[in-house]
Amino acid sequence: MNNELSGVILIFLLTVILAYPLGKYIANVFSGKKTLTGFMNPVERLIFRLSGINPAESMNWKQFLKAMLTINLLWLVYAFFLLLFQDKLPMNPDGNAGQTPDLAFNTAISFLVNCNLQHYSGESGLTYFTQLFVITFLQFVSAGTGIAVLIGLLNGLKEKTTNNLGNFWNYLVKSITRILLPLSVIVAVILVFNGTPAGFDGKDSITTLQGDSVQVSRGPAAGMIAIKQLGTNGGGWFGVNSAHPLENPSYFTNAVETISILLIPIALVFALGFYLNRKKLAKVIFGVMTFLFVIFCSITIYYELKGNPAIDKLGVAQSTGSMEGKEVRFGAAATALWSVATTSTSNGSVNGMHDSLTPISGGVVILDMMVNALYGGVGVGLLNYFIFIIIAVFISGLMVGRTPEFMGHKVEAREVKIAALVTLLSAFLIKAFTALAAYMVVHHPEIAWQVKPGAWLNNPSYHGFSEILYEYTSANANNGSGFEGLGDNNPFWNITTGIVLLLGRYLPIIAPMAIMGLLANKKFIPESPGTLRTDSGTFGMMTLAVIIIITALSYLPALALGPLAEYFSLY
Amino acid sequence: MKKNLLVSVKLTFVLILICAVVFPFLIAGISKAAPGGGKGETITVNGKVVGYEKIGQSFTDDKYFWGRPSAAGYNAAGSGGSNKGPSNPDYLQLVNGRIDSFLAHNPGIKKEEIPSEMVTASGSGLDPDISPEGAYVQVKRIATVQNLPEEKVRALVKKHIQKPLAGILGPSRVNVLKLNIALDELK
Repeated sequence: MNNELSGVILIFLLTVILAYPLGKYIANVFSGKKTLTGFMNPVERLIFRLSGINPAESMNWKQFLKAMLTINLLWLVYAFFLLLFQDKLPMNPDGNAGQTPDLAFNTAISFLVNCNLQHYSGESGLTYFTQLFVITFLQFVSAGTGIAVLIGLLNGLKEKTTNNLGNFWNYLVKSITRILLPLSVIVAVILVFNGTPAGFDGKDSITTLQGDSVQVSRGPAAGMIAIKQLGTNGGGWFGVNSAHPLENPSYFTNAVETISILLIPIALVFALGFYLNRKKLAKVIFGVMTFLFVIFCSITIYYELKGNPAIDKLGVAQSTGSMEGKEVRFGAAATALWSVATTSTSNGSVNGMHDSLTPISGGVVILDMMVNALYGGVGVGLLNYFIFIIIAVFISGLMVGRTPEFMGHKVEAREVKIAALVTLLSAFLIKAFTALAAYMVVHHPEIAWQVKPGAWLNNPSYHGFSEILYEYTSANANNGSGFEGLGDNNPFWNITTGIVLLLGRYLPIIAPMAIMGLLANKKFIPESPGTLRTDSGTFGMMTLAVIIIITALSYLPALALGPLAEYFSLY
Repeated sequence: MKKNLLVSVKLTFVLILICAVVFPFLIAGISKAAPGGGKGETITVNGKVVGYEKIGQSFTDDKYFWGRPSAAGYNAAGSGGSNKGPSNPDYLQLVNGRIDSFLAHNPGIKKEEIPSEMVTASGSGLDPDISPEGAYVQVKRIATVQNLPEEKVRALVKKHIQKPLAGILGPSRVNVLKLNIALDELK
């Protein structure tokens, strides 16, 4: 078999093989069972004591969300001011400037919501201090927030009737001490021994073999790269993220980073099965997600390996596939796998430029972010999938004439209304803002803003539209990757995407928790032969159908204007 | 609310200490034992640092093997791809220009022998590698300019091909900087 294909298949298989035991471990951590990381017990006790937390204190869904939102708000303020005044803070060997208020607003929100919509380049837009105290810090805690909320939701499903979703602080701390931190240390050590820098030295100046004077940006990057992948944040140390040869030095590190992107999101699906003792439900969810994931990967790998037909016409050999925006050491197939992995999981790191993907691949990664529930961001991916389940339960209940129930709880009008609203919200945010930006580009190209709307797009025609659509889809999905040709560091983009980021993060967290809070309060109905089983293959197909129908109805017209139109113009 | 805020402030301090101080300094400490000591691995010729092993360099002279076109000018102070879409007419014209220039500098080479990576920009703008085909296609020019037998240059390229991981995973490649250093030493 072709070396590139054997590479991507092995990477994915290895991920699933590692994710299964990790899922079991995660379930054990949050059930309070003994685990390998028992040595963290005293550390956690110390953290709880210093912070005045009683980890056994129970919270109902409202208290749980209040705790989460309070600390998130604090982090937002903290991050904003540090970015604004980073030039006056220590650890700035390259003498980089402070961020403008609109850029600091965007950057702080972006990383707070576990996204990495970076409207700056890491080499010049941040200092070592803010890379660590803002970016790396938020990469841990925003991922921890996602896991903590998911465990809260699972607690609601676990009990027959309950008000107690557990303790938010406890779960936040343990996600970091037991899952994110140990795994990050392992991945970071692998990276430093394969060439990623981790020291605090500033830029190096060298004279090349040919005699040019150039500089090389460096810094304590390895740790941040580990957590950016594992916590599905995706924010790179360098401007081009993991396409950078120091951020991702070889095919081996690329495999390690690809596995890190998918590992925890997949493990959490298995963890759900172990935690709720419903392994069959976990398998059905994993099956549906993997089915779509593999289709998306296959399409993207096929088109990237096949190359760009317009380059074919110019007469050169494209035996290695479409290479614009890609690195030789990874090749087209591994870059394609990464692009689907990073958009499935709301990660947003890239190892090649998505803007230069062939049209169908570009369309697939946009679509992937529109679904935003194939494994998904740590914790929040399953929350998004939960919404799809609620809708599927309701529709199939209507179809077979039974009362819709999910795991012993009646799903009624109120819950379905919340689920429907949150699904429609995504479509509304993406399309309304895309329309607004497109309107500006077409009708007001000459407005004297920091970057004139006429200069926003790096590519004309359909592809230019895709750049706008990609940016808002990415913001709403809290993904963070971009069609990076877009001139996005200006107040218009910083503020509008900032708003979309906030709404796209917190409403899809609040809504499932509210649904769960309502469901968990209801009288438990034991399963009977008349119950619609949600852990069956049939129900899995039903959920799949719901995902496909909702996504197609919401987004097909938008995709037709961008990637599809470009495809038909090119092939 | 007040209690939440108090806990938030205290917990934030503790977590900053763990995530932004202990963790990165631990990794920085471990990196001292790694090749390059956590600063990036450099390559030295005659006691002088001529580059970083992983960072590509610009080679424009006919006497050296060329790397890929770069949107960042191979200056690793920054990094960047072209972000050109596949159907962009200006971009396609640019690639066409690169093909013509490649043909002009490499007489006797046919268009269909040029691998596409030699005329398309990498993702990082710092790609240190080309494919083996990308190196072989330049052998004729190098041999002529350097006044070396073609066989010798071809053998040099062959020696510098880095095989796929474990022999079966991913593409083969050639590090352009290392190849050019070896070429200098050949004379």
